[in-house]
Amino acid sequence: MMSRLRLLALQLLVAIVALALWQFFATVPVFGKLWLPPFFFSNPIDVGTQVVAWFASGVIWKHLLITLWESILAFAIGSAAGAMVGFWFARQPLVAAVFDPYVKMVNALPRVVLAPIFTLWLGLGIWSKVALGVTLVFFIVFFNVYQGVKEVSTTVRDNARMLGMSERQLTRHVYWPSALTWMFSSLHTSVGFAVVGAVVGEYLGSAAGLGYLIQQAEGVFDVAGVFAGMFVLSVFVVLIDVGVTLVERRLLVWRPEPLDRQA
Amino acid sequence: MEKATPTAVALEGATVAFRVADGRVYTAVEKADLAVTDGEFVAIVGPTGCGKSTLLNLAAGLLQPAGGRVRIFGRQLIGLNREAGYLFQADALFPWKTALDNVAIGLEIAGAPRADALKRARSWLASVGLAAFANRYPHMLSGGQRKRVGLAQVLIRDPKILLMDEPFGPLDAQTRQIMGNLLLELWSADKKAVLFVTHDLEEAIALADRVVIMSAGPGARIIGDWRVPLARPRDIFEARLDKEFHALHREIWSVLKQEVLKGYAQSSQGAEAS
Repeated sequence: MMSRLRLLALQLLVAIVALALWQFFATVPVFGKLWLPPFFFSNPIDVGTQVVAWFASGVIWKHLLITLWESILAFAIGSAAGAMVGFWFARQPLVAAVFDPYVKMVNALPRVVLAPIFTLWLGLGIWSKVALGVTLVFFIVFFNVYQGVKEVSTTVRDNARMLGMSERQLTRHVYWPSALTWMFSSLHTSVGFAVVGAVVGEYLGSAAGLGYLIQQAEGVFDVAGVFAGMFVLSVFVVLIDVGVTLVERRLLVWRPEPLDRQA
Repeated sequence: MEKATPTAVALEGATVAFRVADGRVYTAVEKADLAVTDGEFVAIVGPTGCGKSTLLNLAAGLLQPAGGRVRIFGRQLIGLNREAGYLFQADALFPWKTALDNVAIGLEIAGAPRADALKRARSWLASVGLAAFANRYPHMLSGGQRKRVGLAQVLIRDPKILLMDEPFGPLDAQTRQIMGNLLLELWSADKKAVLFVTHDLEEAIALADRVVIMSAGPGARIIGDWRVPLARPRDIFEARLDKEFHALHREIWSVLKQEVLKGYAQSSQGAEAS
């Protein structure tokens, strides 16, 4: 078993080597030629300087907050709608059968093509980005909740009925908990998609947010700015993912650990 | 005197039929007659797949008979049997509730205040020997512990009839005997009518007042009914050493053996045909 410290050191080493190679080939000519021309690849120091400048001047916070807010709204609205519709479909097989082809059709549509429509309908503000995120989150939650209700074991259901549960109590004590389990287990994916919806929406047309920042830098061929935006975005996503993991541990305490994580 | 004891569960010519995939009708149980008096412990033994569980589901109201009738304390059963508690063969606990909440749920849904329900659930967990495991979730318990929680979950509602479908089937031999003794101990406190399904003849004789034998399916019928002469209170470790136990076992087995062989032949034919 490798110690944590050693693992961390190795992980850092990968970053350092990669950055060093990037810096080297972007600044030192090899065989009389720069292999990573600064115009296309910038270099780690310029990117780092840009990131520091954003945080030093504080302009980045506004963009981060906008993206965060859009992601949260997309996640909340998409989850609530997906959970409700998923539950409804699972309990009403006729409704599910009628809508089945349309659900499949809409889900098969690449969501990016909806962005122009949303911009047209909802303007350049945050709501067109939220809408894009909602269409992504909705289907993940919808399918999981649907599955969660359908997968309740017949023994558990019969037991609940023999213990005297009414239909309403069955919903509360059996179907919802099962559906929520499935929904929580897809939390990483749905939160990730909420961020994707927000950033892609911003990139395609907006006045603020991380996607906007990257798009602006690209517009003036500021490669350092593009990389700096990507770096901030990935750190942002990793932090959100850590938060989701913490929430998940709290919510799914009753579930057995997957085998590969035991021992 | 005999007349004063009411009949808790009565199957009167009960027939169960299912429509199978190719449209044919499969008769699982044919014209079964069985009466369990109040406070009596009846074990049903039969070869695998003979419809023992089907009989229990009839008594529980989870299945409706295609013919005949089910009476519970004299009244014809329509819908679920509200007088019965059912201990299932498979895991039936709610995996998202702790042991304590699993036991308390039966009272909570009946409208008991939560504090009361939890207090009584705690005392029931103690009587099945799991006082220290109240806050564990089912996956953190062993198979035997889960069965104990299941027993407490059913008994806390104080049902007049207890239906048990090979409840100790998945457990190892030692745990089964311990669970058997625990069941007898809890049962003797306020004798309920028990209908206990098992494929293990020894377990049936050691636990029950009466052993009922079913024939091999399809169209399974009740073909034998023996009274168990062993004294109560009983310890099932001791009971197995009793001379009368062995005599009865030999007698019942001579009948059961034919059915087991028939059932085995049918299931292997079925496997070849499909």
